[in-house]
Amino acid sequence: MIVAVAKPLEDIVAMTDRYDKIILAGCKACVAVCAAGGEKEVQLLASALRMARKTAGRELEIREVTLERQCDPEYVEQIRGFAGDYQAVLSIACGVGVQYMAEHYKTIPALPGLNTSFMGGSLEQGVWSERCQGCGTCILHLTGGICPVTRCSKSLFNGPCGGSSKGKCEVSTEMECGWQLIIDRLKALGEFEARFVELFPLKDWSTSRDGGQRKIVREDLKQ
Amino acid sequence: MRRSYPTNVKIIRVPCTGRVDDVHLLKAFEQGVDGIYVAGCLEGECHFLRGNLRAKKRVGHVKRILAALGINPERIQMYNLSAAMGGRFVEIAQEMTERIRALGPSPVKTGKGKEFVEGQGEEKKQ
Repeated sequence: MIVAVAKPLEDIVAMTDRYDKIILAGCKACVAVCAAGGEKEVQLLASALRMARKTAGRELEIREVTLERQCDPEYVEQIRGFAGDYQAVLSIACGVGVQYMAEHYKTIPALPGLNTSFMGGSLEQGVWSERCQGCGTCILHLTGGICPVTRCSKSLFNGPCGGSSKGKCEVSTEMECGWQLIIDRLKALGEFEARFVELFPLKDWSTSRDGGQRKIVREDLKQ
Repeated sequence: MRRSYPTNVKIIRVPCTGRVDDVHLLKAFEQGVDGIYVAGCLEGECHFLRGNLRAKKRVGHVKRILAALGINPERIQMYNLSAAMGGRFVEIAQEMTERIRALGPSPVKTGKGKEFVEGQGEEKKQ
């Protein structure tokens, strides 16, 4: 899922200060699962923002909505009927959702309520960890299912580097060395000799962010 | 025992403090209450194992939200006591009433601006 965290409340209060009528839009997809932008978070944030305003002796009208997803036009369009009655949309979806709001509703500003952080999964309740950087050329079949782009702090392809010590990365004593994980895993799978002696060729980063904004067109699905 | 507690304390019954959600607490403040305390069972004595511990975390979360909004986080508190501790119940009701009375009406109600500045750890003089 896309993992995000709420922006500091003070920042959101400041961001919305010049509006008196806003839409607060949550998303039922990834950010709901990581407890940052779902229906409940919409209620919490709306209540907090109204309180901030009342404390200052003013009122803030908030229309609370939680869309199925904010990354699909048909759901973003669901607020079309009343969007024009409001001065801004505060989206607590990921960065995609905020941008979709901005693209669909040209006359009102879209404000981000979250800091979109990474693609990852949950380790336990309340703890999330990054797993994928969307580099566009997956090599997990060669690295024992552990991503060197994400798990190695330097995204090395022929690691580990000299900063690996006792299985930990030099970046932090709490961070595991991605390449130690890969080697341990390949050994456990009995694939270490076959895989590790082979040097990875230069990675084609053109499928990653270095090539500018990416786009996928599926002719079989496109209408 | 027949001891009385301050009449300003309104009791909202829940099956377990684990049912108390951050949203319930925040909405009460939004509607203008001056203070809230959550009275849960003694730690380690929860019939549902972790209900009172969950409530404690949620109260902590709401304290942080209040502080960020400039509302004194002392306005919300978690207490733990058993059903047999009637005397303590009265003490808590009095203690909380005195604390909130000293803080005065909620700034959400008065609209007179922040009463608390985060980091300073004490009430901002108005």
